[in-house]
Amino acid sequence: MIDTQAVPPDAARHEDLVDDPIVVAYFLAALCFLFVSMLAGLLMALQLVSWNPLQGIELLSPGRWRMVHTNAVAYGFLANAFLGALHWAIPRLTMRPVLDRRLSWFIFVAWQVVVGCTALGIVVGPTLQAMSPAWEQLPFSFGAQGVEWGETPTWIDPLALAGLLLVGINFMAPISRAKGPLYVASWYFMAAFVWTFLTYAMGNFLPQYWLTGTSAGAVGGLFIHDLVGLFVTPLGWGLMYYFVPIMLRKPIWSHGLSLVGFWGLAFFYPLNGIHHFLYTPIPMFLQRGAIIATIAVEMVVFTVIVNFFGTIWGSGRQLITNLPIRWFYTGMVLYGLTCLQCALQTTLTFQAVIHFSDWVVGHAHLVMFGVFSLWLLGIMTYLFPRLWRTEWYSRDLCEWHFWLSAVGVFVMFADLTLAGLFQGYYWGSLRPWDVSVDGSVPFWMVRVFAGLAMFAGQLCFAYNLYRTWKAARLGPAPSAAKPAPVPQAS
Amino acid sequence: MFESKSGVLLVAGLGFFVFAFLSNGLVPALMYRDLPEKSVEELAADNSNLMYQFEDLSYRYPEQFAKYYGVPSDETLAEALRLGRRTYVAEGCWHCHSQFVRPVAREDERWGPVSRTDEYQNVLQRPVMFGTRRVGPDLSREGGRHGNDWHAAHFFQPTLVSAGSPMPEHPWFFDGSPDLPNRRGIAIITYVQWLGSWLESYPYYEDYEPIELPDDDE
Repeated sequence: MIDTQAVPPDAARHEDLVDDPIVVAYFLAALCFLFVSMLAGLLMALQLVSWNPLQGIELLSPGRWRMVHTNAVAYGFLANAFLGALHWAIPRLTMRPVLDRRLSWFIFVAWQVVVGCTALGIVVGPTLQAMSPAWEQLPFSFGAQGVEWGETPTWIDPLALAGLLLVGINFMAPISRAKGPLYVASWYFMAAFVWTFLTYAMGNFLPQYWLTGTSAGAVGGLFIHDLVGLFVTPLGWGLMYYFVPIMLRKPIWSHGLSLVGFWGLAFFYPLNGIHHFLYTPIPMFLQRGAIIATIAVEMVVFTVIVNFFGTIWGSGRQLITNLPIRWFYTGMVLYGLTCLQCALQTTLTFQAVIHFSDWVVGHAHLVMFGVFSLWLLGIMTYLFPRLWRTEWYSRDLCEWHFWLSAVGVFVMFADLTLAGLFQGYYWGSLRPWDVSVDGSVPFWMVRVFAGLAMFAGQLCFAYNLYRTWKAARLGPAPSAAKPAPVPQAS
Repeated sequence: MFESKSGVLLVAGLGFFVFAFLSNGLVPALMYRDLPEKSVEELAADNSNLMYQFEDLSYRYPEQFAKYYGVPSDETLAEALRLGRRTYVAEGCWHCHSQFVRPVAREDERWGPVSRTDEYQNVLQRPVMFGTRRVGPDLSREGGRHGNDWHAAHFFQPTLVSAGSPMPEHPWFFDGSPDLPNRRGIAIITYVQWLGSWLESYPYYEDYEPIELPDDDE
């Protein structure tokens, strides 16, 4: 894993480009929120099987912590981990530092305030507001906002939006100064900065202050989908386009397919959102349009997957020896599975049965954990030794981290998908509601243990990280990994 | 265009996003622009089903009701609805209960009439509470199906009235016991009783089976 390539004399120095501490800070913040999110998920999972030992405590209400679960993973884990990885990738890709390191640190602090306030607002907000009749008369809620994936309380939305704008400015400076043709990763990053800002503004403000009822539902659907499709997906693929060729030391298989993948995604993905609300009063022609666009986007992303498998063709052994590569390609296989599932489940036929069921929850875990979290954990596995100039304390713990995470999320996905089918048919059979709940309990039990496996994987990672950090404090070992020299544009 | 900065930023980034928003977001907004959006006061003013439930709350829990809301009126009903909706959102109820009846999977037989756009054209659906998951039943036709005392017991400890229910307990809606709902408790019960109360009847899909009472004579 150690890069011993000779450094050309005119190479830009890593120290001038990358602010290592901020990458570490973002990754550690991300991991903290990952643990918060997983504990929240565990609480909800225990609640569903009636094993919650903390019933009836207002500040530990599973309803509130369920929203912390999704928000902590989207804005706390994924966003922080992406920002950390981008602080490494973009300066080294463009060979120019970000606009201003002080701005980077300001954004870092501001973003932790945003995510921390989101969690605090959701958990403590309603309790606080109920303490005084005067506060209850206020025209806004201290607690969650009624937008799925956008439960960020309304009072923190403007700060979050400002933060996203600053992120774009800070990273666009090096990209805009870069000379020559842009590499694929940069397309995804640039588009993501525009999309994330617009998506956040659309989803958090329009249904709250302008639209109502059905039309707000349409925008809500766009928001749910764009958050995954236009914020998480492009940053994830952009990072894959950056890290995979570097680690495999060969170019991406087909530039043409890269073009098809990016432009197809850019065109079709934003048109998908309404498929979250099929059979609602949203006009039927829009629902059908969203379905067609969804199937189109699934075909397009398969070209991207093919492109990456074309790239690793001939280097298959890396899947065994190179841990980060294994994380990445496992994520891509699960991505293919997600997209295949999505092309089916978006149809009206499937929706009649599986909508409102745990099938959707399984799908969400497969995407958010099985794909993007695996990629980001793989990136962390690759970068921490380079940031701390030391090898991992234990390769075995790295293996445990991988297998527990990957197998855990796959079991959870398979289990919840099956649960969803059962639930859909219970409901359609018009048997009493309790029958569908009783029938779900065995699946929910399996889910608890799948979740515990994923959690145990992250515990292995945290312990490994702690021991690695302790070793790094003693000074770099003679054979320590150094950041690879910045690749030169040819 | 395909590999240039301006192409990526303006066409893919801005252009495609705006195109999608106009076609998918603005079109329904324009189609429904003539449907008036009802205020909470309007919702409270002409709904005798709901006022019946609100008055029932004031009879059942007179001290609590007087303490937190005074007397039932259109104004206090609107106040309770507003707080009830806020509580419904803040407690995450909408992540396990949907609010729309689909025209498929025999949903109208279970819940009642299929949902229509005008039912959502009011301030209490801002943002709209369609929901995406049903761990518990759909609530858009819940109003009137259960009495206020059932809801009080259910919010306090769901398993009291629904064995095996995975719903979390919400004792903070009460001043200590299920017969003492507080401001939020009365509000959330009122909100749930509002859902579907604008319809004229409440269909039941499960056959009524009388509970066999123990015979005193033997």
